[in-house]
Amino acid sequence: MAKEFELNEVEVWDGNYAASQALRQAQIDVVAAYPITPSTPIVEGYGAYVANGYVDGEFVMVESEHGAMSGCVGAAAAGGRVATATSSQGFALMVEVLYQASGMRLPIVLTVANRALAAPLNVRGDHSDMYLGRDSGWIQLDAFDAQEAYDMTLCAFKIGEHLDVRLPVMVHQDGFTTSHKAQNVYPLQDSVAYKFIGDYVPVDDMLDFSRPVTHGAQTEEDWHYEHKAKQHKALMDSRTVIDEVFADFKKLTGREYKRVESYMMEDAEVALVLLGSSVETAVLAAKQLREEEGIKVGIVSPRCFRPFPYDLVREALDVPSLKAVCCLDKSAPGGAMGALFNEVSAAAYSTKARPMMTNYIYGLGGRDFAVDEAKRIIREQKAHADAGHITTDIQQFSGLRGPKLGFFQTRRG
Amino acid sequence: MVEIRWHSRAGQGAVTGAKGLGSVVATTGKQVQAYALYGSAKRGAAMNAYNRIDDEPITNQETKMYPDYVFVIDPALAFSDDITKNDKSDTQYIITTHLSKEELIAQIPALQDKVERTHVVDCMQISLDTIGRAMPNTPILGAFMKVSKMYDLDFFLENMKKVLSKFPQKIIDANMEAITRAYNEVK
Repeated sequence: MAKEFELNEVEVWDGNYAASQALRQAQIDVVAAYPITPSTPIVEGYGAYVANGYVDGEFVMVESEHGAMSGCVGAAAAGGRVATATSSQGFALMVEVLYQASGMRLPIVLTVANRALAAPLNVRGDHSDMYLGRDSGWIQLDAFDAQEAYDMTLCAFKIGEHLDVRLPVMVHQDGFTTSHKAQNVYPLQDSVAYKFIGDYVPVDDMLDFSRPVTHGAQTEEDWHYEHKAKQHKALMDSRTVIDEVFADFKKLTGREYKRVESYMMEDAEVALVLLGSSVETAVLAAKQLREEEGIKVGIVSPRCFRPFPYDLVREALDVPSLKAVCCLDKSAPGGAMGALFNEVSAAAYSTKARPMMTNYIYGLGGRDFAVDEAKRIIREQKAHADAGHITTDIQQFSGLRGPKLGFFQTRRG
Repeated sequence: MVEIRWHSRAGQGAVTGAKGLGSVVATTGKQVQAYALYGSAKRGAAMNAYNRIDDEPITNQETKMYPDYVFVIDPALAFSDDITKNDKSDTQYIITTHLSKEELIAQIPALQDKVERTHVVDCMQISLDTIGRAMPNTPILGAFMKVSKMYDLDFFLENMKKVLSKFPQKIIDANMEAITRAYNEVK
């Protein structure tokens, strides 16, 4: 039996440590890992718990992140509760196997400390790796701070392992901004956390020799399409399970999470839509502007990045007073509008208000997102609303040095 | 909200110090943040650590701050870092140095209109005498308790002992002595 870890009612933890404690409390059977900055302490922590008897599990050292996720796939197919952590280049190297994990319907949990992708080499936080995973068939949950990194990791097991879901889940937190920032965290005691997640229920596990099964079979044009459609349906249907798990979590802890978080949207005239730790900064800026300048501004954030909550984003933006919405993408868009802009605009198009939509790229490679900058962007949305048309380029760059950069102009007058 | 910026070299324990301060403050029901900006910096490189302390949950995730207190825990950084960056009219400075306050200020133009807000303490010598090596992170917190009057020295020592509980008793005792000396010696 694993030893119980002594926890205070309030701890001062960073996001990495919070995630590693959640992995320990889930009593993971196997972690196969190849550590990378800034997520290193997550698996380092798990290794220490194994060595010190706080978890009955195996830490498997591998030769690369491709090997790490492959090890996870093997262990999960064998019938174990499995998790690992990565960031950036490591995430990129895992990508091939991410699709295997979701296609094989293995409920692995991957904790990601989001980091920029090279080149140029950069260890700091942006959402390039999170975006890289968005078509991989995984559920992607987004934590805005260390407490949420802990909470979302606990929820991830319960969601992914649910027999109606059986899909792998990523829990994202911002590299350094969250992963290395210590704050008050209110953990659950070990037994309470484990009871919330529950025992792992294997499905078609390979180590059940009484019932031989095949994993990772080949299907060509005869069945591949049906498999992928079914997998997509499982992802879409996971929405109700995510809602249930969040509701259970609220009953247990009082902490409420939604697939789409929205703040002060009831009477909003303008809104920002963004992800990650910047959400908290934007909410602070919005509260200050409401008080100081009377701008009716709200903030919306898809906490559940995949399955993309088209339904709840539309609901959040279906406010009659809403005139201008800016979507902020913290990932280099690579010759397109930001992905969040594209997806949120599609949802906004089916609202009655049909607000004006603009896009900012920001925070690449860890560029600081300031309260003052959030306020400037909000004031700009207010200017669009007052003018009745978009007064700037549709896609702009926030916090960029050098000449102003922008693309595309409105045709709505 | 109280905001603190640490000026340190990687390896001098600023991150541990910031987290230690955060842990003590969190036991009193307050909300804290402790973080650093170091990226891929190597041991000895100049770096910053930060604390935020408030009664309400802290949602500001911006790295930059307008500090209420600036801790300089490496003596040379008072000369080479921009220690008055983003300061306010009431920012207090606590600087590790073997110089007297007058000698230090005479050499740092940026501090010359901040005489009343500048405090000096030799955390290097104190930690050499007590802990046995240059580890200025815990003594600076003793000086901070004196300057800020945030907590009584005894209360802070008791809680700091808990934060350091994973260390051998000898090291805990040495740190307590270092904190007490810095509390008494800061000018």
